[in-house]
Amino acid sequence: MLAADAAALALHIYPGLPAAEARAHCAELIVDHADPSGDIEHLDRLALWALARYAPIVAVDPPDGLVLDVTGATHRHGGDAALLADMVERLRAKGVTARAAMSGTWGSAHALARYVANPTTLAPSDHSGRAIAHLPVRALRLSEATVLGLGKLGLDLIGELEGQPRAPLALRFGPELTRKLDHAYGRTAEPIIPVEAPELIQVRRAFGEPIGAPETLARYTGKLVDALCEALEAKGLGARQLDLRFHRVDNRIEVIRVGTAKPVRDARRLTRLLCDKLETIDPGFGVETMVLAAPIAEPLVANAFANALVDPPEPDVTDLIDTLSNRSGAHRLYRLAPAQSDVPERSVRKLAPTSPEIGEGWPTRWPRPTRLLAHPEAIAAVALLPDQPPVSFTWRGVRRRVKRADGPERIFGEWWRRDGEIDAVRDYFQLEDDAGERFWVFRRGDGEQATTGDLSWWMHGLFA
Amino acid sequence: MSLARRPVDALRAEIARIETGARGARAVLPFDLAELDTRLPGGGLALGALHEVAGGGNGAVDGAASALFAAGIAARTRGKVLWCVTRTDLFAPSLHQVGLSPDRVIYFEAGDEKAVLAACEEGLRHGGFGAVVGEVARLPMTASRRLQLCAEATGTLGIAVRRWRRQSEAADFGQPTAAVTRWRVTALPSTPLPAAGVGRPRWFIELIRCKAGECAELELEACDETGRLALPADLADRSLAAQAWPSRAAS
Repeated sequence: MLAADAAALALHIYPGLPAAEARAHCAELIVDHADPSGDIEHLDRLALWALARYAPIVAVDPPDGLVLDVTGATHRHGGDAALLADMVERLRAKGVTARAAMSGTWGSAHALARYVANPTTLAPSDHSGRAIAHLPVRALRLSEATVLGLGKLGLDLIGELEGQPRAPLALRFGPELTRKLDHAYGRTAEPIIPVEAPELIQVRRAFGEPIGAPETLARYTGKLVDALCEALEAKGLGARQLDLRFHRVDNRIEVIRVGTAKPVRDARRLTRLLCDKLETIDPGFGVETMVLAAPIAEPLVANAFANALVDPPEPDVTDLIDTLSNRSGAHRLYRLAPAQSDVPERSVRKLAPTSPEIGEGWPTRWPRPTRLLAHPEAIAAVALLPDQPPVSFTWRGVRRRVKRADGPERIFGEWWRRDGEIDAVRDYFQLEDDAGERFWVFRRGDGEQATTGDLSWWMHGLFA
Repeated sequence: MSLARRPVDALRAEIARIETGARGARAVLPFDLAELDTRLPGGGLALGALHEVAGGGNGAVDGAASALFAAGIAARTRGKVLWCVTRTDLFAPSLHQVGLSPDRVIYFEAGDEKAVLAACEEGLRHGGFGAVVGEVARLPMTASRRLQLCAEATGTLGIAVRRWRRQSEAADFGQPTAAVTRWRVTALPSTPLPAAGVGRPRWFIELIRCKAGECAELELEACDETGRLALPADLADRSLAAQAWPSRAAS
């Protein structure tokens, strides 16, 4: 028995159990032979998927793991935690139960992902050792003999092992143990040798002498982009994503990853996107190889030019969208479009800035405020029931007399979203005080049925 | 009169030519409202320039009227509009109501004001946008000059909507910037209706600073569904006032 999922565990079937014993627990068990080479093949495919989607440096961590270097690549997914959650969720959708951990070193992330039960674990990258101190020594990727030997010495936890004098340990178990410990604690670097898709379009340039000056890096970035664009042109493709890897002389890899909203083959534009991020690169003692790859490339089709008979076409702004979204994250750029809901805070949804035009807006007959408060704020209002607007109200400590008012506009709760809204009603009023400021307030409830709301008044927006 | 003006006009044209260098005459976006357009050099809001808008009173903090005023201007340009904000309380349906279709507006939600200014600068330098709007509290001279130069280079309209966290910070609006015009928009009681209800909103619009032009202040009706301002009916033909004065004089 090699692996067991939650259903198997419930039947007391554990990995390591002989097949006969497992049959005794569950008579209908179908026994199949393990296929390690098939597993590795699937793992390779997953690695390529992660390469295209998450990080420029991905390696297979056999028999059951992937390791990703996400340095500088998380902002495009909305942060570290969001990236882990997204990864686990997408793998679950593919039928793979996964646990993900992020830490400062490969060794520590490896241990956290396998020996912490949470689906996602996030350890601070500068204390990667402290996060794994309470995990068993087995988590350090040691050989079985070493783990048994450590057990005989009474060293079960990584923290205990770390507290021991190193020389006797090295003498007894060989250099492998202390090296793994140093890897996990980040005292020595552990390079990740990235997988490369066979059909990947990439160009590389090795330097006789390591380079490090920013201008030199920028110049060679430009040359690599030119070469890549030629390769893309030969295949009729445009790049959607670019990875520029800097192999440093001390065996570390620094990476720039940029994405574009539409396929691009314009060398000047791609160079600009890459050079924008060049300042995030630490060349250390020098860079000996630069590799530029396009992990996502799509067919780039030629469009017909508009002629002078029709209106001049709208200028293309996708290059600016690329610049801004690579600089601060794609989630920060969006268009707002109408959503099918009458509840004001639900009537707006975000769209990607380059998505096709909707061609429709919100209904224009009803007054809508320019500023909508993120959360309605309670106000004290004096009003006649059932449907008169307030005569005066107090908001944020200021009492205002209502000069003119319009309403009510009744908005019903959306019972198909939440059970609590099945009877809920909001009556919206537009109020104008004697100074001419206009407000959007609502009352919970229709003023007749007690189930529709508690008749409290709320400020929801400000008109111009 | 006309003879005396001629050398002055020639001089003005000469100065404008020196100031704009080889870029030639500036295009303008008229308000289609004679009262405003005659006060602005060139007969409208200069394209390829930075303009500043702030709200008066509580509007300095909520920035509702100033944002809608900017949206009305942006709605009358052609092409996409980049709208950079730090606070996300702008309600898109109201922009649609002044003629700015949701398909045209690309929002950029910046982490801080520096990022807003940087994004505005990129947007203005790009040249493909019809207008670039940035909501900022502080607009230092250096930043505004950079925006102004980018706008001049591409002919894109730049609008800085000034919006502060506190009323007391709004005194910052007096500090000099490189913007070509500076506006203050204050909400006024709406147009009276014969029945109960709220009529078309009115704004008190002050043109506080105008390069090569004069200041102005007037009461206008807020943007309609095409983003146009209008002169209130009771001021446009003076019918109410004209009747009121003689009767008072007679009594």
